[in-house]
Amino acid sequence: MSPRLWLARCAVLLGLLLAAPAHAEGLLMARSQQMFPEAMTTLQDAITARGYTITRLQQVNENLAKMHFKSDMYRVVFFGKYSQIDRLTRKHPELIPYLPLSITIFAEGNQSIVVAMPPRALEEMFPDPALKPVFEGWQRDYQAIFDQVRETTGF
Amino acid sequence: MLTVRNNGLLIHIYRNIFDGKSVRSLAAFLLLVLTALQQPAWADAPDGAKLFAQNCAVCHGETGSGGIGVPLSLPSFQATVSNRYLAATIRDGRPGRVMPAFAQLSDAEIAAIVGYIRSWYRGPVPHYGDAPVAGNPAHGKQLFAAHCAMCHGVDGQGGRGTGVTFSRPRGLPIMPPALNNAGFLASAPDAMIRAVLIHGRAGTPMVSFVKAGLSRRDVDDLVAYVRSFQSGAQTVAGSVAGLKPDLIVQSPYDLKTTIKNLTQAINSDNFFVGRSQPVEYGLTTPDKANPHQIIVYFCDVPFLNKALAIDPRVGLFLPCRITVVEHAGKVMLMAVNPEVVSRLFNNGELNELCKEMHDRYLAIMQEATL
Repeated sequence: MSPRLWLARCAVLLGLLLAAPAHAEGLLMARSQQMFPEAMTTLQDAITARGYTITRLQQVNENLAKMHFKSDMYRVVFFGKYSQIDRLTRKHPELIPYLPLSITIFAEGNQSIVVAMPPRALEEMFPDPALKPVFEGWQRDYQAIFDQVRETTGF
Repeated sequence: MLTVRNNGLLIHIYRNIFDGKSVRSLAAFLLLVLTALQQPAWADAPDGAKLFAQNCAVCHGETGSGGIGVPLSLPSFQATVSNRYLAATIRDGRPGRVMPAFAQLSDAEIAAIVGYIRSWYRGPVPHYGDAPVAGNPAHGKQLFAAHCAMCHGVDGQGGRGTGVTFSRPRGLPIMPPALNNAGFLASAPDAMIRAVLIHGRAGTPMVSFVKAGLSRRDVDDLVAYVRSFQSGAQTVAGSVAGLKPDLIVQSPYDLKTTIKNLTQAINSDNFFVGRSQPVEYGLTTPDKANPHQIIVYFCDVPFLNKALAIDPRVGLFLPCRITVVEHAGKVMLMAVNPEVVSRLFNNGELNELCKEMHDRYLAIMQEATL
């Protein structure tokens, strides 16, 4: 093998390894030490701090309670960025079922749990290279949001 | 970071590169940079407490008190599991039983987590050899049916659901584990299974079967029967490869008629229809939101309650919705493929429910476009 070819292969290997995901497949999850109302506030602050607009809060436990099913506080928070979603849904309508973005939050005793589908999982589902930077940006934001929820304590 | 020891090598490589003498030196430099970037924590031992908080606390509780996961701090649990068992469980998980495989963690990181888990326990840590326990599996099967199946299931499939849940009152302090699970069988040597049967786990429904009247030989027969599950051990594929992420059905009708048909089809499948709104609702003023992308929300509350009992994290699917999209002159119905998203949960029971949801979505979409 010529030195230049060997070098090229090394460079490709370097690129591949640097791009390798840092986490396994699965859900993004975090435990907050805060009770539900405080954790909900922290979550919404963390989302909006990254430039997203919260569009609605789905009240899950209230719907369960209407039919007498017991549940602690349970919400789904929907959010997005208008310009990004407008552009993505026009160019990539296949993404529409996964938009707007969402994070689930519910109480567990005196603490709270947040869960989301990791945006990185979308990369495998929609392997269009043009979408890769979008998913990676969301992944970074989600990770930061989850870290903030996990690390925020007190009221 | 690059260490001082490497500086001489770096200078040598730099010189060679800029002298144009060696392409191989440039490659070596690239690999050195790669190594430095991939292993930034050369100087620091992994922080078990931090890793536990990041990866484990969400299910097992911050102090190992349990949740959807096993109460790791329970003394009777710690007294019967080896460090090797804990490490193998972290690395390989329990396929189809929520506990994921943390294959991305290094051996040192896993050891740090195990060390942190052990910090809650002051008793002796057991060690088990790999020697198989000799027993009569046929007799063990009879004993299993009489003493174990009530909690662990007839075929050792474990308790139903993740149980005990996050978001509602807890029925049991711990979910009966799936003894036929490939991850369990690979992690637990025969000697450990025997120890659990002999000593039980105080604080859980798992009693000492010796105290309950079984002989040591009976216990060995039970171990042999549990080990026999290995041939048909429970595994669930975690990959979404090959499955389409969207369910898409084209409508022969215009947008407005399709939405009307969709609403009727949802009602006829015993869902109640919630709100309809543009995908961009709330992101901009109503006049700017794209009117050609309308989400129709709906719910079957008893079905939702069932799903939450199987896995309290199903909020990812909520609320049920189908989006009507007019794009490039075509009207389409689009939905998330629940079977694809379900694979992220590592929950075999949820996969079954999501297959049902997949079929219901498709039936609604097809009825709306007849």
